[in-house]
Amino acid sequence: MTEVAGAPRRLDWQIGEIIEARPETPRTKSLFLEVPGWQGHRAGQHVDVRLTAEDGYQAQRSYSIASAPETVRVELVVERLDDGEVSPYLADELRAGDGLELRGPLGGWFAWDAKEGGPLLLVAGGSGIAPLMAMVRHRKASGSDALVRLLFSSRSYEEIIFREELESLSADDETLEVVHTLTRSRPEGWKGYERRIDEEMLREVAYPTEKPPLTFVCGTTPLVETVATALVGLGHDPARVKTERFGPTGG
Amino acid sequence: MDEQRLDGNAAAGVLAEVFTFEITTARTACVHCGASGEVGAQMAYVSEIGTVVRCSSCEGALIRIVRQLNGPQRYWLDLKGIEYLQLQERQ
Repeated sequence: MTEVAGAPRRLDWQIGEIIEARPETPRTKSLFLEVPGWQGHRAGQHVDVRLTAEDGYQAQRSYSIASAPETVRVELVVERLDDGEVSPYLADELRAGDGLELRGPLGGWFAWDAKEGGPLLLVAGGSGIAPLMAMVRHRKASGSDALVRLLFSSRSYEEIIFREELESLSADDETLEVVHTLTRSRPEGWKGYERRIDEEMLREVAYPTEKPPLTFVCGTTPLVETVATALVGLGHDPARVKTERFGPTGG
Repeated sequence: MDEQRLDGNAAAGVLAEVFTFEITTARTACVHCGASGEVGAQMAYVSEIGTVVRCSSCEGALIRIVRQLNGPQRYWLDLKGIEYLQLQERQ
């Protein structure tokens, strides 16, 4: 292999300050950060977060940015995974005033700018809503009328992240359509889908639009692969289906 | 940390340490099977010791990057698996 001594450019790690850690659902929190000299991000991008133990051991994870580029504070959604190495610390231990080491924004491939227009098809599982929420918020903040459909899979009604904000954003906006599916439990009288996302559901939700949509899918690896395979099977151009896997369960 | 199979986009951080241009939107072609596409659309196998970007069509290794964990910053970068990188300045 070629040895590159002294990289041409370092992407510097910096410390963001937690301004607020807000419970979002029983298992997730939104972390709002102030990052000195934040250069701004595009909707869909992520940051790398690094934790260092007292003995010097480091663990690194990527977290999508949920806030719109128009918002100064950077919002990350952290989901508590009981056997996670990083997420319990982020979800349980961090308080306002704490610092968090991060770098970014990163990943221009999974990003959308309102000026690119629509239609957009967004498919999220659980905390996979984060980068897609940045797109929905960016669309609103920039006054875009791009047609957006969001299919969002959650375990239960209580675990729908950003539920109220999505309701209010789509309530008086015919060009933003939000479709929920609940995989484990449903409240009485639930009229939405009640199973994991499958090809039949995608056929109903991702109905043909005048122009083929640009699609962003984010969630666990099984969800992302099911959705991507089904969409290609339904005739979507693979080059227009962008995916962001968390890994088997996230981190 | 075990190896995780993620999207090429997940390699954005480590690749940005050595590439000045945005790498996830760079187009590339696989020497193994000839398939072309953006780096972000390939697969990334990420572990503590390094990252391997693999072709999403044939799983052949495209880019391997290993960073020395201790001491001076030193990288080993193996680009044998790619025909080219088409880099684009951000507009």
